[in-house]
Order: sequence, then C-alpha cells, then structure tokens
Amino acid sequence: MKSVTLYLLNTAALMVLLAITIGIAFIDLGSWNMVITLLVAMLKAGLIIWIFMHIRGSSSLVRFAMAAGFFWLGILIALTLADYLTRG
Amino acid sequence: MSANSSVAHQFEEPAQQKEAATLGMWVFLATEVLFFGVLFLGYTVLLIQNTAGFEAASDHTLLWAGGINTGLLLLSSLCMALAVTAAEHGNRKRQILFLLITAGLGMLFLGIKAYEYYHEIAHGLWPGAGFEYEGAHQEAARLFFSLYFIMTGFHALHVAIGIGCILWMAAQSLLPARFRPNATSIDLLGLYWHFVDLVWVFLFPLLYLIGRMK
Repeated sequence: MKSVTLYLLNTAALMVLLAITIGIAFIDLGSWNMVITLLVAMLKAGLIIWIFMHIRGSSSLVRFAMAAGFFWLGILIALTLADYLTRG
Repeated sequence: MSANSSVAHQFEEPAQQKEAATLGMWVFLATEVLFFGVLFLGYTVLLIQNTAGFEAASDHTLLWAGGINTGLLLLSSLCMALAVTAAEHGNRKRQILFLLITAGLGMLFLGIKAYEYYHEIAHGLWPGAGFEYEGAHQEAARLFFSLYFIMTGFHALHVAIGIGCILWMAAQSLLPARFRPNATSIDLLGLYWHFVDLVWVFLFPLLYLIGRMK
C-alpha cells in the first residue's frame, strides 16, 4: 500500500501549491505575478502527470506520446506569440 | 471490458495489451491538450491585447467558488487514484466506493459551477444582447466573459462526461464477473479524470486570479 501514501502526499503538495497560487495573487510583484503563477501551475500539472497519471511507471512509448501533445502545443504557442509579441 | 484474465488474440501477454491501451488513451489525451490548448492560446493573445480590461473583468468572477472547486477536483483526483489502486489489488468494494466518492465530488464541482453561472448571468455578465457591465473596458470585458463561458463550459462538459463514465463503470462493477470493467479500464478512466483536473489547474489562475495581482 505504498502508493496510497504517495497519493496522499501528492494531494497535500497540490493543496499547498493551490494556497500559494491564491496567496501570491494578492501580493503585487508586477509582471512576476504571472511568471510565478504559471510556474506553480506547471509544477502542479507535473505532479498530476508524474504521480496521479503514473507516467513515472510508464514505458518510453507512452511517455513519448504524452510529451508529443505538449510539444505540439509548445510549437503552436511559440509561433503565435512570436507574431503577436513582436508587432510594432 | 471482458473478464480480468483475458488477453485479446493480437497481444502476446497482459502487459503488452495494457501498454497498447494506455498508449491509445494518451494519444486521445494529446488531442485534448491541443483542443484546450487553442482556447488557452486565444485567451493569452487577447489578454496581451486587452490586459487592463481583462484584469478588471476577472475581478467579477467568484474567487471563493473557483478556489473551492479547485480543491474539490484535486480531492477527486486523489479518490480516483485510490479507486485505480483498489482495482489493481482486486478490491472491488473499495473500487466502487472510491469511484462513487469521485463522482460525488465531480457533481459538487458542477453544482458550484452552476451557482457561479447563475450568479454571473443574474449580474448581466452573459456576453449576449443583455450584457451589462459597470466600468471602463466594456468590449474587453465582453471578450473576457465570452472566453470565460466557452472555456469553463467545455471544461464542465468534460467533467459531466467523466461523471457519466465513472457512474457507468461503478454500476458495471456490481455485475457478475464477466461484465465487470477490468483494472485497465478503471486506469484509463483515471487518466481522463486527472487530465480534466489538469486543465482546471490552468483555468483557475488565468480566469479568476489575474485581476487580483495589482
């Protein structure tokens, strides 16, 4: 039943990160607010994928399929923002 | 969805069959990443173009409701993971129990979401003909609430489909052995449910919290 302990710890970590997300929203850090918020959200997503979706125990083929979706999303975001962020 | 011991004739062994099923689910989830990804990208571009208006409009969302809903989904993900563990250990009672708790938390999420929609529509924030918004940046606020309802609406649809599948599999688990879902089916259902949770992890700060960072 070792995985149950891991799931409980993961949930506790996710709740702490949720509290950090809400707390940081009320502190003015300028543009760092968005950076920290997105980094915390990515950390949460990583914990969900790595532990709840148990990618940690998946084969390389499954990991590759998982990464492919996010890689293509990265291309979509990078090329679109390369346009919108550089318009005069 | 046949009995636990069966391996379809195109597979050599159960592990290979399970890997193929998991791979198929992740390919589907990759299409879901792009489906929601386009909405997130559209939101990002419009946020860059209407930063002040989006920040002001975001203040009109119900932070307490969004916060509680995030906690509910994270808890439901824990229960789903426990249901998958129970299925792998062949503990059918625990599997059914945790599936039902997961579905219940999902319904609670939808209930709070429905209250939010009711509250926002009652305050004229539905971006239709009757849109009534106090303050500057009228057009930006209209854009924000269009995206708010589209993004949370599609997410809520995914939650509703997830609840339906969870209840379906919980009901099937009560049937005689050859009709029950095997551990792989529960596992794939779990992957879908966790993904829906993952989408909300990004929706929550982008829709509810950007206005408070001032």
